[in-house]
Amino acid sequence: MWDYVKLVALGVIALCAAIAANYARDLAYMVNAVSVMLVAGGLFLWQGRRVGDEIRPKPALQTEYMDGVIRYGVVATAFWGVVGFLVAVVIAFQLAFPQLNFEWAHGYLNFGRLRPLHTSAVIFAFGGNALIATSFYVVQRTSAARLWGGNLGWFVFWGYNLFIVLVAQSYLLGATQSKEYAEPEWYLDLWLTIVWVCYLGVFLGTIIKRKEPHIYVANWFYLAFIVTVAMLHIFNNLSIPVSLFGSKSVQVFSGVQDAMVQWWYGHNAVGFFLTAGFLGMMYYFVPKQAERPVYSYKLSIVHFWALIFLYIWAGPHHLHYTALPTWTSTLGMVFSIMLWMPSWGGMINGLMTLSGAWDKLRTDPIIRMMVVSIGFYGMSTFEGPMMSIKAVNSLSHYTDWTIGHVHSGALGWNGMITFGALYFLTPKLWNKERLYSLSLVSWHFWLATIGIVLYASSMWVSGIMEGLMWREVDANGFLVNAFADTVAAKFPMNVVRGLGGVLYLTGALIMCYNLWKTVTTAPSRVVRATAVPAE
Amino acid sequence: MSVKPTKQKPGEPPTTGHSWDGIEEFDNPMPRWWLWTFYVTIVWAIGYSILYPAWPLINGATNGLIGHSTRADVQRDIEAFTEANAAIRQQLVDTDLTAVAADPNLLQYATNAGAAVFRTNCVQCHGSGAAGNVGYPNLLDDDWLWGGDIEAIHTTVTHGIRNTTDDEARYSEMPRFGADGLLDGTQISQVVEYVLQISGQDHDAALSAEGATIFADNCAACHGEDGTGSRDVGAPNLTDAIWLYGGDRATVTETVTYARFGVMPNWNARLTEADIRSVAVYVHGLGGGE
Repeated sequence: MWDYVKLVALGVIALCAAIAANYARDLAYMVNAVSVMLVAGGLFLWQGRRVGDEIRPKPALQTEYMDGVIRYGVVATAFWGVVGFLVAVVIAFQLAFPQLNFEWAHGYLNFGRLRPLHTSAVIFAFGGNALIATSFYVVQRTSAARLWGGNLGWFVFWGYNLFIVLVAQSYLLGATQSKEYAEPEWYLDLWLTIVWVCYLGVFLGTIIKRKEPHIYVANWFYLAFIVTVAMLHIFNNLSIPVSLFGSKSVQVFSGVQDAMVQWWYGHNAVGFFLTAGFLGMMYYFVPKQAERPVYSYKLSIVHFWALIFLYIWAGPHHLHYTALPTWTSTLGMVFSIMLWMPSWGGMINGLMTLSGAWDKLRTDPIIRMMVVSIGFYGMSTFEGPMMSIKAVNSLSHYTDWTIGHVHSGALGWNGMITFGALYFLTPKLWNKERLYSLSLVSWHFWLATIGIVLYASSMWVSGIMEGLMWREVDANGFLVNAFADTVAAKFPMNVVRGLGGVLYLTGALIMCYNLWKTVTTAPSRVVRATAVPAE
Repeated sequence: MSVKPTKQKPGEPPTTGHSWDGIEEFDNPMPRWWLWTFYVTIVWAIGYSILYPAWPLINGATNGLIGHSTRADVQRDIEAFTEANAAIRQQLVDTDLTAVAADPNLLQYATNAGAAVFRTNCVQCHGSGAAGNVGYPNLLDDDWLWGGDIEAIHTTVTHGIRNTTDDEARYSEMPRFGADGLLDGTQISQVVEYVLQISGQDHDAALSAEGATIFADNCAACHGEDGTGSRDVGAPNLTDAIWLYGGDRATVTETVTYARFGVMPNWNARLTEADIRSVAVYVHGLGGGE
């Protein structure tokens, strides 16, 4: 019966998508609709051939962890990481050498189209898959329970990745809401909402049926991330489609209100997606890899609640010296300053967890990666509050300094902790004794670290120079530099930034090779993944 | 449940007693310095939000005790410079344009001010070095479409070219010889060869010979019988190597077929007279001024 319901649903979706493709008013919408039609049609055939099949795989044991979806998540994370970094290198060089915006590729592969593809690929495809995969792993282990919802976990994984593919198509074909990190148009937003609610269901369901008496700190952070992102996503994407058969939509908010909602969302995409979610990752993988207890339970409670409470108010610092009223600006700034210590609470807990195990830094490149990650986390969560101060912001805003800040956080903190988690997870998930090669991990570590240093330092220099050039006035009050003068002056820094990106990408490729060889050639380990409370 | 065996070693603080997948937590206190720095930032935040505009009320927000306002700051800065420059700007407006160069002080001010105006308003089309672009004339050379003395430049900047917003804008319109059927394809290729010839490029002599008559009948009225152009109607000189849209065969053919209609805004709607005079002085001083 259930099989037939699925079959009918898939058929209806494929049919609706075909109708939508037929009436499509723009190319992006049409390509998206055709893709949905193909996916639903393919699933329809696959499902149809299974109906009435006597030989079904045995239902999984409820006492076993559900690791299949996490294995897929690990692969997707590594894959999207490389895609995101590759697009990054391309657009970095497009900035340094505008000729790389080839005329034949205008409207598809020029900087304007590729830039949101890069940001979404690294944040949502790479980071999002990493968060979903690790949260599924961590919540099962620390709750001693199998993922709730049966195959719902699979739906979350495939639904999320379908979202990413559709989004990538629509960006390249020019469908965008023009909201940073929230570019996907209305129908993609709706689909993500469905997937995200299911994600919340799977995660919360697993926590509810846990066999441990308490909820582990990593799960607080993951849960805060899932709930807050759902709220932000819905409010920032309130819009009315121009046509049911077109991608364009009109925002419900307008003017400075729209800008404020956008940066409330945008800042908390950083705060909850890239900070809270990844702190969840940190709170599991660092103590596991170091085999040491977490430094302070009290600190984790206080910094968790302080972080969650304060982050949500800090958005206005993205709009200093704009049409935003001064009072809003002030509040955004003071909340950002108060956020400094709550952010550092995570850094202290992470680093101090290693006390008594510092010797592992010499022998274990994965720990080294995690420590550098936490270091960059501390650095960018200091830099952030500093840049939110109006006087600093008047120099740094709109310059490359902001780009450098984001990347020391994204490459250093999010990237490195994710790499650490992938190196931890792969042998466990594929039942291998160890990684294929620790020296390749070392190579990855050094390439990535040097890449970040090149990136961040070139952007600091470039950004401060840019800010100083923009504000320079002569004795009569006339601006000294034209905008194009600053563009020309930034050229060497842009090249260095691109080279940093090449190093980082090379490191990620080495990681992929290492993980692949781990899965295919490393010696196996015979253990069953059984869900038991850790007693 | 809470009495799980822990891995506590001698000399280590107690743990909370829980264990998740082998992870335990020490019951360490929060670091003092961390807590105190957190308190200090909170106290600072409260103090700052009392001094500066911060707290939303029903109609508006608190203004802060020190009366800070970014708008007032900017206004003050602008007023200070406006006041400091008022005398020399008046002098610039009162002085005959041709006499500006004689007063070193005035010339320096006008050049600096003109450069700033240029960087803000003109570089988008004419380039940050004023070297122009396809369709936008180079302002560094001595090849002028509408005249290159200071008065002519001043008029061009003030009223613009072929815009619909100023009745005194400089105006002329080249016919679309091909698109409107004034010349057929053969005639166009003939006249194009002629233009290539008078500009000293490789050309087909046979076609060019025919083109000479077509040129005399259709083009000479504006571009002159010798093709050296006319500043009265902004018709370019066709005998030199300087081209606004390009001098190769394909581009000239396109120009003859569809014509060109370059537009420049009238800056009197946006800039003050002193600014316009400044930018005229600046452009005039770039090297090609007459």
